[in-house]
Amino acid sequence: MAANVGTVAELVGNNEQTILPEWVGLQKKSGSLQTGRITEGELLSQSRDFLHLLRDGLAKGGNDAANPAYGPARQLLGDISRSRALQGFSPRETATFVFSLKQPLFNALNRNTTLSPTQAAELTWSTTLLLDELGIYTLEVFQKSREEVIVRQQREIAELSTPVVKLWDGILALPLIGTLDSQRTQVVMENLLQTIVDTEAEIAIIDITGVPTVDTLTAQHLLKTVAAARLMGADCIISGIRPQIAQTMVHLGVELNVVSKATLADALAVALERTGRAVTRLKNSVSGSGAHAKLSEKGQ
Amino acid sequence: MSSERLDIRTSDDVVRVRQLTRTLALKAGLSLVDQTKVITAASELARNTLDYGGGGFVLAELIEGAGRHGVRLTFEDQGPGIQDVEVAMKDGFTSGKGMGLGLGGARRLSNEFFIHSKPGEGTKVTIARWK
Ligand SMILES: Nc1ncnc2c1ncn2[C@@H]1O[C@H](COP(=O)(O)OP(=O)(O)OP(=O)(O)O)[C@@H](O)[C@H]1O
Ligand SMILES: [Mg+2]
Repeated sequence: MAANVGTVAELVGNNEQTILPEWVGLQKKSGSLQTGRITEGELLSQSRDFLHLLRDGLAKGGNDAANPAYGPARQLLGDISRSRALQGFSPRETATFVFSLKQPLFNALNRNTTLSPTQAAELTWSTTLLLDELGIYTLEVFQKSREEVIVRQQREIAELSTPVVKLWDGILALPLIGTLDSQRTQVVMENLLQTIVDTEAEIAIIDITGVPTVDTLTAQHLLKTVAAARLMGADCIISGIRPQIAQTMVHLGVELNVVSKATLADALAVALERTGRAVTRLKNSVSGSGAHAKLSEKGQ
Repeated sequence: MSSERLDIRTSDDVVRVRQLTRTLALKAGLSLVDQTKVITAASELARNTLDYGGGGFVLAELIEGAGRHGVRLTFEDQGPGIQDVEVAMKDGFTSGKGMGLGLGGARRLSNEFFIHSKPGEGTKVTIARWK
């Protein structure tokens, strides 16, 4: 029997009954099922399908992983990688699929008594290179899929329009959430300025309750927004500066030089007052719940 | 103790540095205020590494000493370096369009602060925040 890769193809074909359970066993041992993201049945059928396609690849394509004969095998690996990337598998868990096939294959090679030790060694080496190549391919697809997910999420986040909310005649609120990177700040700022113009707003409340970190860049963006709003004829109030953020800003040395209030409610009260309104509690409320408030407008 | 290295090449990496710092600060058991302080300092230094150092990396470590836990961050780049560190540390000094508060702020927000910079070779800044 000639020691070529055709031998390995035959070996895989003839020894599926021993290779498959050993391989699946190793995958389970390395924790492939522990997270419960795939079932044993799925793992078994993925492994069996791959083994068949690998055998076909070996038979027609030799040990050259770039040979078109490996197309179907690659296709399957790509699908597995992509789905694992989306299911949140780690790179290690994903690569284990291919790399853990080495041991059962080599065991099968060693059990084959028709091969001389030199032949067995040669085949082991060429098969190692082949599986390494396929393993790397798996990781590449995995990495690419993860990057695609990230890019998609970034796009979605950027598109999450930051709505400018009208709270009262002439009073707007801009509830900011998340990281104020320069790209998004630009959109947010334009949105706010446009709405100020459209609604002839006098006061804009910028609420930063949802901003996790205020560093010098964030502070600069806020200050620029405030300055631009002022040019459009609106005063800004910043609300939602949490205590830990306030302390940090003091140490950082940034001063916003703008009216700030702890909560959006406090800011609205200031805005109403500044625009000549007052919120008062109704004394003789009809329902008796006592929580009714009356808004009176001065000078109107 | 656990440590992790993260490359700083894009502004997304700055976000990642903040997240990594938050994870470590939580592990070290820092209070909410101290977490916020060290995360903010990390954000400043990461952005300096990116903007002025031309990119680099951070080494983030969980540290332990005298029964306390803490977080240590080392930012390193092989950029142009800083001509006069004393001047750069001054509040309000910026060679770009910043507020010039990053370095001074990072020092005030940390328990330990070391800066080493050589023109033409690069900059290394280490901070630590203890519980
Ligand atoms: N890693 C670095 N490599 C080279 N130069 C640096 C580096 N870090 C800081 N500098 C220099 O030190 C100056 C001061 O840095 P600092 O972080 O205090 O202010 P800034 O980055 O200019 O503005 P801010 O941080 O307030 O947005 C920078 O303008 C820059 O010239
Ligand atoms: Mg800076």
